Amino acid sequence: MKQKIRHFRIAAAEVVKGGKLYYAWVSFLLLMIAVGIYAYTVQARNGFIVTGIRDQVSWGFYISNFTFLVGVAAAAVLLVLPAYLYHFKPIKEIAFLGEMMAITAICMCIMFVTADLGHPERVWHMLPFIGRPNFPSSMLTWDVIVLNGYLIINAVIFFYVLYKIYAGEDYSSIFPLIILSIPWAISIHTVTAFLYNGLSARPFWNASILAPRFLASAFCSGPALMILVFQLVRKLTKTNIENAAILKLSELIAYTMGVNIFLLGCEVFKEMYTDNVHLAPLKYLYVGLHGHSNLTPWIWLATTLNVSSFFIFLSSRYMKGLTLVNIACGMTIIGVYIEKGFGLVIPGFTPDTLGEIYEYVPTRVEVMVALGIWAAGALIYTLLLKFTLPIYRGELRHNKSPD
Amino acid sequence: MDDKEDITRRGFIKGAVAGAASLAATNCSGGGGLGSLEAFFQSHFKEMDKEELQRTLKRLEREYSEKYGKDFVVKADKPIEGTLFGYGLDISRCIGCRRCVYACVEENNQSRDPQIHWITVLRFKKGEKWLELEEADKYYEAEKVPEDGYFYVPVSCQQCEKAPCTKVCPVQATWKEPDGIIVIDYNWCIGCRYCMAACPYGARHFNLTDPGVPAEETNPNTHYLGNRPRPRGVVEKCTFCIQRTRNGRYPACAEVCPAGARKFGNLLDPNSEIRYLIEKKRVFRLKEDLNTLPKFFYFISL
Repeated sequence: MKQKIRHFRIAAAEVVKGGKLYYAWVSFLLLMIAVGIYAYTVQARNGFIVTGIRDQVSWGFYISNFTFLVGVAAAAVLLVLPAYLYHFKPIKEIAFLGEMMAITAICMCIMFVTADLGHPERVWHMLPFIGRPNFPSSMLTWDVIVLNGYLIINAVIFFYVLYKIYAGEDYSSIFPLIILSIPWAISIHTVTAFLYNGLSARPFWNASILAPRFLASAFCSGPALMILVFQLVRKLTKTNIENAAILKLSELIAYTMGVNIFLLGCEVFKEMYTDNVHLAPLKYLYVGLHGHSNLTPWIWLATTLNVSSFFIFLSSRYMKGLTLVNIACGMTIIGVYIEKGFGLVIPGFTPDTLGEIYEYVPTRVEVMVALGIWAAGALIYTLLLKFTLPIYRGELRHNKSPD
Repeated sequence: MDDKEDITRRGFIKGAVAGAASLAATNCSGGGGLGSLEAFFQSHFKEMDKEELQRTLKRLEREYSEKYGKDFVVKADKPIEGTLFGYGLDISRCIGCRRCVYACVEENNQSRDPQIHWITVLRFKKGEKWLELEEADKYYEAEKVPEDGYFYVPVSCQQCEKAPCTKVCPVQATWKEPDGIIVIDYNWCIGCRYCMAACPYGARHFNLTDPGVPAEETNPNTHYLGNRPRPRGVVEKCTFCIQRTRNGRYPACAEVCPAGARKFGNLLDPNSEIRYLIEKKRVFRLKEDLNTLPKFFYFISL
């Protein structure tokens, strides 16, 4: 036991050890977090008047980021599936990096939702027994349950497996929980889609294709983000990540991006061909409505990026080197971030339910808060990584003195 | 409330600002929100027992009286048995003068700056398709109303029997009362604005910052679930003037309308004016395809 505590300290101490680059990176993140906290205090002092949010567009940049990040969290399942069900070795070795990403993304989701509340100090009203959660009626209550559940499941799996690897023991008894995490990952993005989907007041979201579209796009952006992060980890630390794992993921994005574009096409066809009043938000998004077209360049950028990255991923198996794959990953992340972020949230409110067009633009405060939360996410991931790597690399083992 | 009590209260508020210790006192008053522990730990309106409700109402009265420098009354009148309120609006009589809008603002202590209106009057050009609302203009400025070639449709909370807003609220801070009024507990609302996304009628409004109501313009006769001054960061909406209608009065908008376009009454009373209108006139409701079953009926009499 004594040795375990000592080893825990050694692993924890890793977190504060590093080269110049590491300190520069952490300081940069801390600075961005400070900027975010400052911006949030401005919002807390003055209210939402300092944001671009108004009655017409009542959700904005925060909820857009939230929606994108739920997708990132759900995408961890794409590592869990081949790793634990098919025992594909190259991916099994790096599954923990995916679980860490899920944990990080959920933490960021929670921060984004909290930043969006008018009265964050009243969140206890959502808790059972002491509060009054509107269960099962409100999809937001469902979302709170599935997101926190997913966070707990992933954290338990992650730390349990980590400990067992450290102790040199078998960790297969966690297998049922790993199995549970698979449908649970699907559920978090499905419920988040239903959050929008269930509102008959908003025809743009009130389409049954929304949940499948959410999942398809999440299974593009999630692995794309992983491919980039994994290579960074490989380059900056002495971690062995096989190219086979990365190529498997990029092959997978070829399929999911294909499905994503197909589903988008289905939706566009239905709206355009029917051509009724419900077309207005889609028109606002893609071509502009009554002279309002703030989002139009963004969505065309997203569409272009998504479609072109699809072709790159399709041909990735014939490629040598990862440069083009990496470019395609960047394109996918930006494309989906726009499409499943503000490209999804804002048109739902534009035009509003009484036909008014208010063009939402995030203010500097919102952008700064969002940057702070992204930096906080990057910091969480970095620290988790630092803590974990010595154990995964086998440098820290029970009954073995660290090198 | 007598002057002596007033002085003690002032002392209390100063104490509350000075140190957290005084916050623990059960009877302390505060600015609401984080400022007051009692407000923080307050129960949901429906879960308050008689004693807690009385204490809460008194605390709010003190808080508002202090803030606006005049005596406030915060009541919590219960629904009258056998009533289900309904509204009728005669669009053939509405002249678009917006007197209802401003009577509502005054009666219900809506924020002047930033401006919150519970009633939106939409102007439509005659002869153009209009029910999809896209051609509506809510910012029309007219020197004289009614204007030639236009007609007007005021929209406020439709008090849906199947309200999408109450369904989505994650904390049950908004619900339908037995007399059919959709209300909000402003001290329970977490400000997530999901209800605003769910409402098909743009009836819900968010307090972007502290409501700006000049003290001399406040209406001190209030209801807990209705027109009492709202804190920042919560959603608010029309309550059919719950503070009036539960005492047998008309809503302010119906009372002020110079054209007699606004009718109000008990849907359960077969002899009421609203029942007569529904049965005898050409009646429709907004966005009926959404099946929200509004208790707000538009009709055409001329």
